[in-house]
Amino acid sequence: MRWETGLVVVVIAIAIMGSSLSPQFLTANNFFNLGLNNGEIAIMALPMALIIISGEIDLSVESTLGMSSAVLGVLWADHWPMLAIFVVVAVVGALAGAINGLLVTRVGLPSLAVTIGTLALYRGIALILLGPRTVANFPTIYTNVGIVAIPHTDLPYSIGIFIVLAVIFAIVLHATPFGRSIYAMGDNAEAAMFAGLRVKRIKTTLFIVSGVASALAGVLFTFRLNTAVQDNGTGLSLDVVAIVLLAGVSIFGGKGSIGGVFLAVLAFAGLQNALLLTNFNQEATGLVTGGLLLVSVFVPNAAMFVRSIRRAVTRMTRRMPSEPALSMPRKDT
Amino acid sequence: MGPGEEDGHRSPGADAGADAGEPGSPAEPAPDSAAPAPVSRSAPAGTSPPEPAGTSPAAPVDTPSMDSPGTPPAPAAPVNTTSPDSPNTPDSPNTPDSTATADAGTDAGAPVVLSLEHVSKSFGAVRAVIDGSIELRAGEAHALVGENGAGKSTMVKILAGVHQPDSGTLLVNGQPTELHGPAGAIGAGIAIIYQEPTLFPDLSVAENIFMGRQPLRRGRRIDGREMTTEADALFARLGVRIDPGRIARGLSIADQQVVEIAKALSLNARVIVMDEPTAALSAVEVARLFDVIAALRADGAAVLFISHRLEEVFEICQRVTVMRDGRHVLTSPLAGLTTGDLVRAMVGRDMPERVAGERGAPGAVQLTAQRLTREGVFTDVSFEVRAGEIVALAGLVGAGRSEVARAIFGIDRYDAGTVTAGGRQLRKGSPTAAMTAGIGFVPEDRRQQGLVMEMSIQQNVALASLATLRKAGIIRASAERSFAADWAVRLSVKYGRLTDPVSMLSGGNQQKVVLAKWLGRRPSILIVDEPTRGIDVGTKADVHNLLDRLAGEGIAVLMISSELPEVLRLADRILVMREGRLAAEFTQAEASEESIMAAATGQLEAQER
Repeated sequence: MRWETGLVVVVIAIAIMGSSLSPQFLTANNFFNLGLNNGEIAIMALPMALIIISGEIDLSVESTLGMSSAVLGVLWADHWPMLAIFVVVAVVGALAGAINGLLVTRVGLPSLAVTIGTLALYRGIALILLGPRTVANFPTIYTNVGIVAIPHTDLPYSIGIFIVLAVIFAIVLHATPFGRSIYAMGDNAEAAMFAGLRVKRIKTTLFIVSGVASALAGVLFTFRLNTAVQDNGTGLSLDVVAIVLLAGVSIFGGKGSIGGVFLAVLAFAGLQNALLLTNFNQEATGLVTGGLLLVSVFVPNAAMFVRSIRRAVTRMTRRMPSEPALSMPRKDT
Repeated sequence: MGPGEEDGHRSPGADAGADAGEPGSPAEPAPDSAAPAPVSRSAPAGTSPPEPAGTSPAAPVDTPSMDSPGTPPAPAAPVNTTSPDSPNTPDSPNTPDSTATADAGTDAGAPVVLSLEHVSKSFGAVRAVIDGSIELRAGEAHALVGENGAGKSTMVKILAGVHQPDSGTLLVNGQPTELHGPAGAIGAGIAIIYQEPTLFPDLSVAENIFMGRQPLRRGRRIDGREMTTEADALFARLGVRIDPGRIARGLSIADQQVVEIAKALSLNARVIVMDEPTAALSAVEVARLFDVIAALRADGAAVLFISHRLEEVFEICQRVTVMRDGRHVLTSPLAGLTTGDLVRAMVGRDMPERVAGERGAPGAVQLTAQRLTREGVFTDVSFEVRAGEIVALAGLVGAGRSEVARAIFGIDRYDAGTVTAGGRQLRKGSPTAAMTAGIGFVPEDRRQQGLVMEMSIQQNVALASLATLRKAGIIRASAERSFAADWAVRLSVKYGRLTDPVSMLSGGNQQKVVLAKWLGRRPSILIVDEPTRGIDVGTKADVHNLLDRLAGEGIAVLMISSELPEVLRLADRILVMREGRLAAEFTQAEASEESIMAAATGQLEAQER
């Protein structure tokens, strides 16, 4: 069975469960809120999926988001024109991603370590820029993005952007040589290099895309809350990674699809929302993220796990037919 | 060897060997004081207990206190007459073979500490060892020689407990034994010394030796002083000076090997397998290693020595086993043999016929390597390959052939020299540039370098040609499918569906997929590294015919192969590499397996001198 098929079942199950728990679950208003709360995460999940498929990871996205938010706040407080600010924020995001990418591909450091480092570093820059300040006087025309729906729909703008980006990412990943190369290097970077694929260049590009997407998420986040503070977006990286793994993207690289990411966003948002509607302890939503993450990693490997246990048991029983299989001290052989 | 040793390992599989070995070793206090040193040093005497109980009338004579009461009876037929000989020659510890060879046909002689009998091992369709046998006697250095791919490494891995043989038996001290993993091998008294040992770099030499078995003092604390003393004693037995207190990082490879050997001694290993130990050593270090081997033999251990350098085999070993194509060919005392005899036994096939008729005269030069040098890997390599000819790069594994190919294709960088392809000088370290210049590269390791195993057959075939299969940036699915189908048919790949994962194919068909991937780019230069390694006979012939046909169509082919029949069958010219340099060049007419092997092992220079 394809992973995506399983996700469809999960999404339907959550919808049924949610609507039976609360009559408000399957309402347009609730969908709007649900989308609003998860739009930025969903946008960052798209480049994250590509990066993890390519065999790397980017844990710094939440800090890139926070740093972009801080730049936006500081420049707005300095009375810069909004369009100029957008350009600067995009450049900041691209630079943040480029630093990650170059450290991983040119210096050859593991992306896990590099992006944990920049996770702290970029957050530190946000703190230096804003300090304890809060910038909150953004014009309504922008803050409305986080309040009103796209005309004639019930979708918030962030989800609209996510859908457009998802289509673009899907085409790039599934139908272009660039996307094919991402799968190849995630499965076997050495073979990809021997086939003449530009592994380093492509990975660097992915990190830059991730940085820019995180900057965009930072802008949306700031306008939605009408606040630029230094701790904007703290903790979101884990949600993003959880969604991508739930989407069926292999943590070891080489496998996954944008369709899966789309379904995983639905499942993730739906589950959190259903729990909120049932007055589940709000503080405990981290349980959901963590649990989903572990289940997503475990399930694809469950078959292998069961097989290895069975093999170990048969080996032990064969060697020691007279003794119980599992409680055997290794004193012989 | 102190009391700490007693509880150190002692896994019962090794009991016979361990019990026998300890008393025999000179460092053991009891026998040393009970008997004069020469007696206890006499290797065969010390290790006689593992002989079948009934065959050891000699043991009580000079080793009453040593014999292990627990020595188990062995299934081998008792032979009483000859075994007393060797224990009674205490003054000839270095020549156990002088008595052993006389009765090489029987189970007796110097005690046989280990024998592998008629083992076989297959990996999928590849039969790495078909019928391998080795017999090791106490106190001998025994050479195992054969061409690349003859099955030596697989035999070593069977002894190391890494591979379990599919059939055949392993006898340790006459006892049928199964080795479950490396721990089992250690337990059975077998130690493997690899070409490049893997020590814990940040631990001291003594800590490396006693890892997991450290001598303890009160409160289960590690007794560092005792550990150093014991390590010193081990090095003294080997006649080597290494400071047990220094950390392992920075030790020369030769010293690292000695540390591993000391560790093997501390584990009471009675069989020490050395897999090409001299390949990375200087002449002085080789001489020291030989002294260590002599010390081990005097200690009563059996050494299995694997080397491509036949002169070393003659220098240090008493007997030799030759393998060819996974089979045991010959076991014989080395006295009376010549290098020529060994090379013939290793090669020993009929001359293969030319695969196809004459190809036309070669055309223009397509690929030129000029004074290519990568420090420590290959030096001053110059050659050219013309359109329509197959040039083979022969030599032993590790001679630098694959590294030259990788440098040409841009996978690795090089320090000096140039590569010219299709009239243009190539940028260093850029596979893309090499591909643009018309080079295709079928790498050595199909599974790791040639294919993306999780991808389908179709995607693998298309992987190097994606740029030509797209329209407006999008890969056209139909174009990809017909491209892959076309090339799969041309190379007669046997497959179910093109969308099946390439991992489902047999090795030979996987290799055809790799070839298809590169031929799909219509290269003018094709580099193939071990194109038929590990693939079945039928597909092998297909690949040979294909390479011949490609050359006939005017492609310049550079082929690296360790299989001499393949080289002789296909190549117009043969370049032989030895230790990073081009050692000889033969035309097809001049070349023979003997001459190539001689050049690859350095015999040629020796003869010329």
